Amino acid sequence: MTESDHLEIKGLGVSFDGFKAIDGVDLTLKQGRLHFLIGPNGAGKTTLVDAVTGLAKASGHAQYRGKDLLSLKSHQVVRAGVGRTFQTATVFEELSVLQNLDIAGGVHRSAWRMMLARRSVPTYVEEALETIGLSDLRHRPAGILAHGQKQWLEIGMLLVQDARVMFLDETVAGMSAEEREETGELLRRIAPDRTIVVIEHDMDFVRTFADVVTVMHGGTVLTEGTVTEIQADPRVQEVYLGRSAEGAAHA
Amino acid sequence: MTDTLTEPVAVTPMPASRPTSRTAFLPLIGIAVLAILLLVVAPSALSSFRLNNLGKYCCYAIAAVGIGLAWGRGGMLVLGQGLFFGLGAYAMGMHLKLEAAGPDAVPDFMMNFGSGVLPAWWEPFRSGPFTIVAIVVVPAVVAAVLGFAVFKRRIKGAYFAILSQALTVAFAALLVSQIKYTGGQTGLNSLSTFFGYNLYDPVNKQMVYFIAAGLLIAMLLVTFQLYRSRFGELLIATRDAEERVRFLGHDPANIKVVAFVIAAIMASIGGAMFVPLAGLINPREVSALASIMLIAGVALGGRASLLGPAIGALVVGYGRTSLSEAFPDQWTYFLGALFIIVILLIPNGLTSVIPRIWQAIRRRQQTETTGAQA
Repeated sequence: MTESDHLEIKGLGVSFDGFKAIDGVDLTLKQGRLHFLIGPNGAGKTTLVDAVTGLAKASGHAQYRGKDLLSLKSHQVVRAGVGRTFQTATVFEELSVLQNLDIAGGVHRSAWRMMLARRSVPTYVEEALETIGLSDLRHRPAGILAHGQKQWLEIGMLLVQDARVMFLDETVAGMSAEEREETGELLRRIAPDRTIVVIEHDMDFVRTFADVVTVMHGGTVLTEGTVTEIQADPRVQEVYLGRSAEGAAHA
Repeated sequence: MTDTLTEPVAVTPMPASRPTSRTAFLPLIGIAVLAILLLVVAPSALSSFRLNNLGKYCCYAIAAVGIGLAWGRGGMLVLGQGLFFGLGAYAMGMHLKLEAAGPDAVPDFMMNFGSGVLPAWWEPFRSGPFTIVAIVVVPAVVAAVLGFAVFKRRIKGAYFAILSQALTVAFAALLVSQIKYTGGQTGLNSLSTFFGYNLYDPVNKQMVYFIAAGLLIAMLLVTFQLYRSRFGELLIATRDAEERVRFLGHDPANIKVVAFVIAAIMASIGGAMFVPLAGLINPREVSALASIMLIAGVALGGRASLLGPAIGALVVGYGRTSLSEAFPDQWTYFLGALFIIVILLIPNGLTSVIPRIWQAIRRRQQTETTGAQA
């Protein structure tokens, strides 16, 4: 693993009209680990992802492969190898599963080749279909997929895009236990050569699949460690006891 | 796929379900039918006068195909295509006017209203090849500059529509006011030749019709390829979820500019061919009203379909002529009523009826076969 294979966030700050949504966050995201970002509502998890993907103006640095992501526009961030999903799955509903995946491969194509029709299914699209388990549904319009399948399709699109860093925003929210299990397995499969960051509320899911957990609270990083470490941390317990019964009940 | 057909699942049919590989070439059949109607049937069935009128509708249809691309597929409500129609028309008009005046001579209106000296920027339009290049390049450059300025600033929806409409109004006003250079309200008329061919000769007139109709078919083929290309898919994606497209690594502004430029070139080509068919060009043909007529045709035919805009424009063109012949004063009311009825009853346009009938037949056949099996 070379030095460039991790995303280094330093002194990240985001403020909305003077309100500091994120205040001086330092975070190192390494390749090959399933990194979970947890914290009560309003902790700044999604804002942090917005900041490094060009959706929110931020101060500080987010170095990845020699580039400062904070100075790039959203589409440039994607071209630098950093992709994300959204809390509500946003696939292109009128396009088929196959077309959704294929369209995500556009970053690899020259402008002139865009004017041609797709003649065969590119191998990277075929591989992604296999990985996310939607091979049999490839011709379905994405709009009629089940909620969980849409989220998998989004992950598939990131694979086709060849995003080396993936931010997944509450991917398993609203999924059945079985779907969560499959999603976790899917993330395990693709994690080794990528940097995967998952925002999550479901502590069972975090416990089963997290390699590293960062707990955020009030726009800052409260603590970071393995699941066992953070569950033993009295500050984490306090934050969750104060805000949400769910985290504390499991902790 | 077969199991989805037999599954008794209440899957609501998608309004614009994407063609599978089997149906992907269906639009080509539609283009072929239209080509036969326009290039074989119409010339033998219509009088020279009617054929010439049909040629004008073809020019509207060429512009309409571009509107279908920009609006139907790209989501940009281009309310001011008259601007580009006019750029092409006036470029052609200037060339034909100079041709009619003869070598080294000056157009008549410049003698009456101007200094009698040809302005320097008119001079290159003496050349036919230059004019043809200008018909393509000028609208492309204008649309690219305008498109980048507008789409990079993320101006869209009604703001974009009003902006494009306002530019057209300004362009028409400019044409009227600069009578020394443009012929003003009267425009450029008495155009009697087309690249050396006398337009009073019915054979030449028919040739111009064939060029216009042939260009319409060519534009449909270009658009057919665009719609099935990856760019076409990306354009739909941009229309439906512009912000999401950013996270595919594309700047949606660039995608929209490409579609907008192609639409502008098509409008310009339509405008250019309109001139020899009409024998004149004036600001009324370029005005806001003309632009709205174009949009109306596209809406009538079905903006998102390939053939809808062209068919809609042909129908509106024909409707204008025949209604205005029968009811010189009230025809606009009839046309207005037609739009209201169509938009209320078939919001996706006339051409959306065909796939619906097709689906209904398919469904009936299916229930019959499953009924037979049971």
